[in-house]
Amino acid sequence: MAKVDLSQFHQTFFEESLEGLDAMEAALLKLDPAGADAELVNTIFRAAHSIKGGSATFGFADVAAFTHVAEELLDELRAGKRAATPELVELMLRSVDCLRGMLDRARRGEPSADADSDAVLEALRALAKQDAAPAAEAPAAAPVAEAAPAAAPVTAAAPAIAGWEILFRPFEHLLKTGNDPVRMFRELERLGPLHARADAGRLPMLAELDPEACYLAWDLRLEAAVPRAAVEAVFEWVDGDCELSVTPIAAPDAAPADTAASADDAAAPADTASAASAADAVPPASAAPADIAAPAAAGNAPVAAAAPAPSAPPRAPARGEAHAGDTASIRVGIEKVDALINMVGELVITQSMLGQVGEHFEPSMLDTLRAGLAQLERNTRELQESVMRIRMLPISTVFNRFPRLVHDLERKLGKQVHLELHGEQTELDKTVLEKIGDPLVHLVRNAIDHGLEPPERRRAAGKPDTGTLRLNAYHLGGNIVVEVSDDGAGLDREAIVRKARERGLIGAADQPDDAAVAELIFQPGFSTAATTTDLSGRGVGMDVVRRNVNDLGGAVTVASRPGRGSTFTIVLPLTLAIIDGLTAQVGDERYIIPLVSIIESMQLKREQINRIGSEGEVFRFREGYLPIVRLHALFGCRDAITDATRGIVVVVEGEGRRVGLLVDALLGQQQAVIKSLEAHYRRVGGISGATVTGDGSVALIADVPGLVRLAHCKTRVAA
Amino acid sequence: MSEISTRDGAQFGQAGAQSLTFNLAGEEYGVDILAVREIRGWSRVTRVPQAPDFILGVLNLRGAIVPIMDLRLRFGLPREEYTATTVTIVVALNGRHFGMVVDAVSDVLDVRVDEIKPVPDFGAAVDTEYLKGLVAVGERMVMLLDVERLLGHDDWAMVKAAAEPEAA
Repeated sequence: MAKVDLSQFHQTFFEESLEGLDAMEAALLKLDPAGADAELVNTIFRAAHSIKGGSATFGFADVAAFTHVAEELLDELRAGKRAATPELVELMLRSVDCLRGMLDRARRGEPSADADSDAVLEALRALAKQDAAPAAEAPAAAPVAEAAPAAAPVTAAAPAIAGWEILFRPFEHLLKTGNDPVRMFRELERLGPLHARADAGRLPMLAELDPEACYLAWDLRLEAAVPRAAVEAVFEWVDGDCELSVTPIAAPDAAPADTAASADDAAAPADTASAASAADAVPPASAAPADIAAPAAAGNAPVAAAAPAPSAPPRAPARGEAHAGDTASIRVGIEKVDALINMVGELVITQSMLGQVGEHFEPSMLDTLRAGLAQLERNTRELQESVMRIRMLPISTVFNRFPRLVHDLERKLGKQVHLELHGEQTELDKTVLEKIGDPLVHLVRNAIDHGLEPPERRRAAGKPDTGTLRLNAYHLGGNIVVEVSDDGAGLDREAIVRKARERGLIGAADQPDDAAVAELIFQPGFSTAATTTDLSGRGVGMDVVRRNVNDLGGAVTVASRPGRGSTFTIVLPLTLAIIDGLTAQVGDERYIIPLVSIIESMQLKREQINRIGSEGEVFRFREGYLPIVRLHALFGCRDAITDATRGIVVVVEGEGRRVGLLVDALLGQQQAVIKSLEAHYRRVGGISGATVTGDGSVALIADVPGLVRLAHCKTRVAA
Repeated sequence: MSEISTRDGAQFGQAGAQSLTFNLAGEEYGVDILAVREIRGWSRVTRVPQAPDFILGVLNLRGAIVPIMDLRLRFGLPREEYTATTVTIVVALNGRHFGMVVDAVSDVLDVRVDEIKPVPDFGAAVDTEYLKGLVAVGERMVMLLDVERLLGHDDWAMVKAAAEPEAA
């Protein structure tokens, strides 16, 4: 019977909090200073509120204290006591960033507060004080200074009452109602310094102990002159489930000695009553109830007894565990799971039908068998698709970060940008999604920094002051296409060519065509930015974008029209687990070439092939010449066709370079479930993985960018 | 056949272990039976480019892509035609599987640690680093293979290197 291990919920808490922050951010960015939309403000408030509640429950006191202050401000905003000024919005956005950092640190088990968060917290407090709304009476809006438990209590305010004596005697079933005294005590503690004395008199013998019952009672002493309603509000939910008496402490004579004594007293019963885990270093009052179920863990108790002091330094309990349990998880919509269950149901029906056919099979039942097999195939395919869909998430999870990015860049660069998002519901594989974020951020930054012009230049060009940045995602065949387009100046052809000449990427006399110019910006270390800013211009941009996209089995291209803007197009596979490929025969071996990298396949005639030197063979393809790369030579296959006119040349593109791959024949298109070669063997150049074909044998999947690189090396060595 | 059985000591532990013995070019070798996952007949493999010649290719082993090596070629012995008795012993080490093609499996042997004789030092003439030791079984001599060493050799060092980032 273990103590309720809150750390198992940490992961969920972090995920939900981060989602909440995203929602907060999105709503903040939509907030119109002129007239705040009540629904938006409510969204922001709710997000802040649940983060506060969650972080307090899980013991992330710094986060709770921080959100509490933010929540106060939002509450005033919600009540109309405060306007959504740009400063407030900006500060809230900073708070969102801060909270992300805090949660991140808390997740890693580090102290969540840092200098930055302290600064923002101060700014929040300052803003809250500025035009202090008359909120002292409202229990929900307790003075801000008390937000952090460690902060100095405000006791001098009311001379008549120094605090409250609270006798809290829960009935045994209290815990079953879902109420947790610890949380209530924490809530109380927020009102002021709290001293608790636990009464373990009702605790039965171990054998008779019902682990789900609450046997403890508490004498609480709250040393803060807060209204009675504020105290009673804390116990609102347990009304009828406990004996409660709240009596005021009259004289202002809360002696410090008494304080210390009551803390000790509180710790001692908790010690004997059951156990307090070492991790649970919250103030003494909270040491017992959650732990009552764990009398066996009494060994931990002394540690806990040593730790408490009135308003002990807030610490996250069991951080290490939170870190250890930090595994990737996925939240799946219930309809997807339902669809899956349906599908499995159908599969079972088909299976039993086929089983019956198999049991008493006669030739006359061949049609039934065929129909059954067809149904099985359909069920299998549907099931496969549904399972894949579980890993699919809408691209909005990535797109959602852009309004903020654009907002920040606008201010920084003095440009006006209108962001359009399309196809946010397009779904793609979680792994792809996680890796596509950074390249997209890069493209968006580039578009705003390099693409869109400042307002005055736009005006001069006869365009509206506000530039448009468009993000669009859609399905195309078995791929996802993501476009980042702007209506800016387009690629600066002159600057790119000049830079390329400087860097020796092209010869001085070369006049590359537009496609070749566009290709140049993907070269490593290429940048035309006049000055290096912290945004872009460090020349570690587009080549990294291309490499990341290639790693995902995708491709990135750019189209640009001078003065009209440019469009970056990223084509990605739907999933990393399955690819569409063409099966190519080379000698007596078969390789799968991913469809995404195939441009065209053709049979060459003798006169189309030109020889360069003794080794190199090229052929004319559209506007240029492409080298012929013999797959059998790269892979060392025997008995393959070596004559380029007798085989088939597959034009493939990898890392922006095209080559013609010579294979014996193309056998057809198939879907391949990618299996790792590295799991039991090792990485092989030019091979991205393996798949199991219909007959159970293994076919290797060609890694086109790797092949292009390999071919490049070979020709270099040969030359 | 297992003359040196220690079957009374049900838990071999430190005392010894069971070895699966097999024939290779007329000699008898043994491999720790706990490392053996499966014994299967020879079936066609898919050749892998840029592999050393003793790596015949990869095989689909219930969905896992497993490399298969020809132990004859691995030890520099002449290649032999694969026959009905040619078998593949699938061995697992540190979560990785690989198959060894051998002439035939012969026996399961109980080996006590104190019966394992050190491999004589042949100097550079014979590569003995993949042997753990020698065991005399009646008139025969069984060479105990060190599976880990077999994997640790040159090309396979890369396998281990590749394994480490995954483990981290």
